[in-house]
Amino acid sequence: MNQDFLVLCLESGSVAVLIQKHTNMSKNWPLWEIFVRSKNGLEHRHFGSLHAADADMALENARDVYTRRSEGVSIWVVESKNITASNPEHNGELFEPAQDKVYRHPTFYDLPDEVKHM
Amino acid sequence: MSDKEIKNLEEIFEARIARDEKIEPKDWMPEKYRKTHIRQMSQHAHSEIVGMLPEGNWITRAPSLRRKAALLAKVQDEAGHGLYLYSACETLGISRDEMYEQLHTGKAKYSSIFNYPTVTWADMGAIGWLVDGAAIINQVPLCNTSFGPYARAMVRVCKEESFHQRQGYEIMLKLCNGTPEQKEMAQDALNRWWWPSLMMLGPTDAESIHTEQSMKWKLKRKSNDELRQQFIDQTVPQADILGLTIPDPDLKFNEETGSYDFGEIDWDEFWQVVKGHGPSNKKRMKARVGAWEEGAWVRDAAMAYAEKQEKKKLKKVS
Repeated sequence: MNQDFLVLCLESGSVAVLIQKHTNMSKNWPLWEIFVRSKNGLEHRHFGSLHAADADMALENARDVYTRRSEGVSIWVVESKNITASNPEHNGELFEPAQDKVYRHPTFYDLPDEVKHM
Repeated sequence: MSDKEIKNLEEIFEARIARDEKIEPKDWMPEKYRKTHIRQMSQHAHSEIVGMLPEGNWITRAPSLRRKAALLAKVQDEAGHGLYLYSACETLGISRDEMYEQLHTGKAKYSSIFNYPTVTWADMGAIGWLVDGAAIINQVPLCNTSFGPYARAMVRVCKEESFHQRQGYEIMLKLCNGTPEQKEMAQDALNRWWWPSLMMLGPTDAESIHTEQSMKWKLKRKSNDELRQQFIDQTVPQADILGLTIPDPDLKFNEETGSYDFGEIDWDEFWQVVKGHGPSNKKRMKARVGAWEEGAWVRDAAMAYAEKQEKKKLKKVS
């Protein structure tokens, strides 16, 4: 918090009036990404985002915003600035190498029909 | 990028949407797509937030605990819907503060229906039944819209909206099965909310400037007039069950089309309300801006506390 204190001596009397000047008080609450596990056995899934002052508040707000009808049994909150995302414009370089490797799939291998359980 | 390259990108983009592919926030998109979505999504969010005000009016005066709990839950849902939509909109690069600023200065619009006053308890019934009914008709097609975050938010909204309409209709039903005074109260609410609900589905197709582009981007699946007809056709039989009369002397079932023909809508009234001259525009904005300004110290205090805790944590570590 950035605070300046100004002391004004009023000529008319000996009272010193302390004026607290707030500069740039309103800081916006950061953005958080919310992940919810809908039931045990399932992974946490991205549900959306919200603003909160800190992680505890983000958890409480997430409870109210995303689980009003028992949609979850566990919540993760991550401040959005901590997420690094891939750039869709680079999807070519990033994902193409997987496309010509058909031998990674079971159907690539020719076996006679008599072979069972495989 | 040259104009030719942009044109090429736009063609690829339109083709993706035509194939029913979704657009995600970091994907390239035409500036007009971004702007149109920011406008529509933020105004949708604003409508949810301002929409809490006419109903909030009756929470403390609900006639029973059952009604009060339901109304509270409904208003809380609306806050939630506003928040889903604001955060979906933020993925397009506009900040929450900018959106609030646009709402508070009147630059951004919200649904004109919320500028009508809620003068009796029956209005809670009529709003749930008609206003949420019209909203559902507007919103269901949006679950399939092209922008991923908007579509996902709308799926959640639509799931929750059906409770809103049913609780409203139940209020009407109870009043209509009550004393003659109660039934009269229900009729009076229908009289006042019917026409604004029809207007809520937007200007006629001939007047609607955004329809064609919005259809392409799947922001719209049906035209305003089609949605309005659908709303009327499904609502008239519901009014019959209540034993109420729709306040339109020209309303008549048309055997040929299988739909109801209806009377002229007073579009002057609609534009007056949109331009800020509705019965409650000023009151709504005053309440909204007041809540934001009076809440400033709470937001600041929460942030100051969070920063203090963070510093303490860092000290412990070092």
